[in-house]
Amino acid sequence: MRIELERRAAHSKLFSVLSPFIALGLTLIAGVIMFTALGLNPINALYSFFIEPLTEIWSVHELIIKATPLVLIAVGLSVCFSSNNWNIGAEGQLVMGAVAGSILPIMYPELTGWWVLILILLMGMAGGAAWAAIPAFFKNRFGANEILTSLMLVYVAQLFLDWLVRGRWRNPEGYNFPESRTFTDWQTLPEIFPSSGPAHYGAVLALIVVFIAWFMMGKTLKGFQVKVIGQAPRAGRFAGFSAKKMTMVAFLISGALAGLAGISEITGVIKQLQPTISPGYGFAAIIVAFLGRLNPLGVLAAGLILALSYLGGEAAQISLGISDKVGRVFQGVLLFFVLASDTLIHYKIKFIRSTKRSAQT
Amino acid sequence: MNKNDAIVEDNVGSQSGDTMLEVRSITKKFGDLVANDAVSLKVTKGEIHALLGENGAGKSTLVKMLYGSLQPDGGEIVWHGNRVEILTPSQARNTGIGMVFQHFSLFDSLSVAENIALSLGKENDLRDIGQKAREVSEEYGLPLQPDTIIGDMSVGERQRVEIVRCLLQNPELIILDEPTSVLTPQEADNLFETLARLKSEGRSILYISHRLDEVRQMCDHATILRHGKVVGECTPANETAASLANPMVGEEVGDVSRAAVTTSAGDVLLELNNVNQPAPTPFAIALRDVNLKVRAGEVVGIAGVAGNGQSELFDAVSGETLSLQNSDIRMRGNDCGTLGITGRRKLGAAFVAEERLGHSAVPDLSLSENLVLARHGSDAQTFLGMGSLGVIRKNVTRQVTKRIVEEMDVRKSGEDPDASSLSGGNLQKFIMGRELDRQPSILVINQPTWGVDAGAAQKIRQAVIDLARSGSAVVVISQDLDEIMEISDRIAVMSDGSLSEPENAETITREDIGLKMGGLGHG
Repeated sequence: MRIELERRAAHSKLFSVLSPFIALGLTLIAGVIMFTALGLNPINALYSFFIEPLTEIWSVHELIIKATPLVLIAVGLSVCFSSNNWNIGAEGQLVMGAVAGSILPIMYPELTGWWVLILILLMGMAGGAAWAAIPAFFKNRFGANEILTSLMLVYVAQLFLDWLVRGRWRNPEGYNFPESRTFTDWQTLPEIFPSSGPAHYGAVLALIVVFIAWFMMGKTLKGFQVKVIGQAPRAGRFAGFSAKKMTMVAFLISGALAGLAGISEITGVIKQLQPTISPGYGFAAIIVAFLGRLNPLGVLAAGLILALSYLGGEAAQISLGISDKVGRVFQGVLLFFVLASDTLIHYKIKFIRSTKRSAQT
Repeated sequence: MNKNDAIVEDNVGSQSGDTMLEVRSITKKFGDLVANDAVSLKVTKGEIHALLGENGAGKSTLVKMLYGSLQPDGGEIVWHGNRVEILTPSQARNTGIGMVFQHFSLFDSLSVAENIALSLGKENDLRDIGQKAREVSEEYGLPLQPDTIIGDMSVGERQRVEIVRCLLQNPELIILDEPTSVLTPQEADNLFETLARLKSEGRSILYISHRLDEVRQMCDHATILRHGKVVGECTPANETAASLANPMVGEEVGDVSRAAVTTSAGDVLLELNNVNQPAPTPFAIALRDVNLKVRAGEVVGIAGVAGNGQSELFDAVSGETLSLQNSDIRMRGNDCGTLGITGRRKLGAAFVAEERLGHSAVPDLSLSENLVLARHGSDAQTFLGMGSLGVIRKNVTRQVTKRIVEEMDVRKSGEDPDASSLSGGNLQKFIMGRELDRQPSILVINQPTWGVDAGAAQKIRQAVIDLARSGSAVVVISQDLDEIMEISDRIAVMSDGSLSEPENAETITREDIGLKMGGLGHG
């Protein structure tokens, strides 16, 4: 017997809408199985993983902080993926955005003025965009596979950051710890509600980005161009749209937003450069983009869900005494179910028996 | 019994001795779609039986069930008086049913003999096969060299390989699926001689075609399908092309009316000057010294066998492939060889590509979005708002879509459905309407009615002629010679990347065109 995927004649609109929810449901079921296998009460475990982090103001702030970079990156990725360009290296663009944005605070720490922060953010975006331009250039010029090149550049960026904070950019007053000097108030993103918690203005930036992307993708010719080139490149050429330009633009947009995520994480949360500045936001954002159905508004919701998996991982470590890698497992299982649901909307599974069929079926 | 033989269920005899194949109320459903609804037909020994119908009428579904690639949901197949079940193509072949497909199933990099050996199974020696293939091919007037590589062969020759391969299995019934759609008239004539010979040996042929003239010439009997049902049976020789076509479409198909060209010396609107273009990929054809002048008010038809540079020519004229020199292509007196497709549209040109889904239209976008696809540049003033933001005015594009749908009688479900949900003919009507709605002064169409039902084809052809008569220059690239003859004022032929000098459609003969298709008419 073999198993084949057979294309469905028509796909159900209802299930297209439901699929992310089905995926979430299946992920929870997988969670029940996993926690049971770990010898824990699954209901308690799921509660402390997914519900408890939402019961306190403090942890809601944490949720927003974690969701901010995820949403920023995933919005860019959703534009990029919609145009059929596969930027897998947002993590590296995040790092290079953080590095480029840190040039001013580290080399000119004495600068003051409201424009300093704006310049820092813009330089962060430029850094991420420049890093993303590399795979786009190689794709256009040599036909190199952007999935491989963008992914490999992640490790280059991470090692470059590591080298910087252990070498030239190490804090002279930092007791030899591999960290840069800490940023001044002029160089950091302020908190939105300082009295209640640490959520910073990066979250507001993320909301603005979501709105702009929603407007661009849904209403303008540019968004139309992205969809056409992504779905039918030949028709894109017929419409007079350039696929190569689109590749570059898509990478620049997603790179710039990953860079913005990186520099807002640095200026809003960490406030200095460290060897590791992201718990894999650039990769988790891929899940966010797909879970949000490549729609900026969907990405906003999906970003909050994925942020919860990070918080839950931390909570599980404390209250259940299990590894925070459980959070990563949930992310992986969720992506698996999202992609599986999307595939099964368009295809059905067919079992083909190799033995001869009996008379009339 | 060999395990590959069809399962003979029981003898249901009691019929005249010369019925070879009988299909009784066979039904096949794909989801909600009933592709074959209680279809019955009889093929007697030594007859050429035509299966007629529009695209989507269920012809291919029916023959796939006879050849074992699909299983019927109901009904039965009777072979020489015995009810049989055909589960796989190899069972069909062992039963005595052979098939020649519309799209060839040959490996380009292998030789003729190797391709044949692949389908015969392993117990045959390659040299024997070569020898047998040579004998069979000579016997039936289908000359073949067994060691030629398929990739080096013309389409007509490849079809010969398919037929010889089928004949080597010594079938009693041969199914041919639109065999002449890829042939020049001369190649088709050769095929007809072969078929006549097969028939004289007592073999039967089930012949699928939409070319009514050849069906009338050759076939002894015809079964006409429409929407999966048998709607008529006749002896084609006693019918006219129109009386055959009417049951196929279920409505009267009129002839295209064609007024004489009034402005015989209209301005030259489209000019190709020595267009040369290297082949962009190893599978493409290079354009060689293509010259063409199209005047206001006329339709120039470009005939040719598929794959002789027609799509490359279309891309060069539309600007999807740019020329090296700006003066290579002139539209309404402007050099535009290096101008992209949007720029050319702004000069008043409009284009309809061969592939509807994926080239002229994006399958999963709505009709109004597909309107924007081709007209965002030429109609930027109307369709786009808010300056450089380029916001698409959806209410305007929906209105224009509605106008086009009404004008071209596009049948669709829903207000603004996805392009992929329309049938081929209706989508082509919409795409034509999208361009005609602009009143373009230059229109270039590649395969205007490919896979389109007869009713829609007639409407499209009439619209093309009407546009030309209103003062536009029209170029129609088509493999359908009947269509070219019907609508063109002048006819040129494309062969291996070269274009012949256009000749007056009144005086050029099919034979001339056929010779030029084979590359003999010029050069």
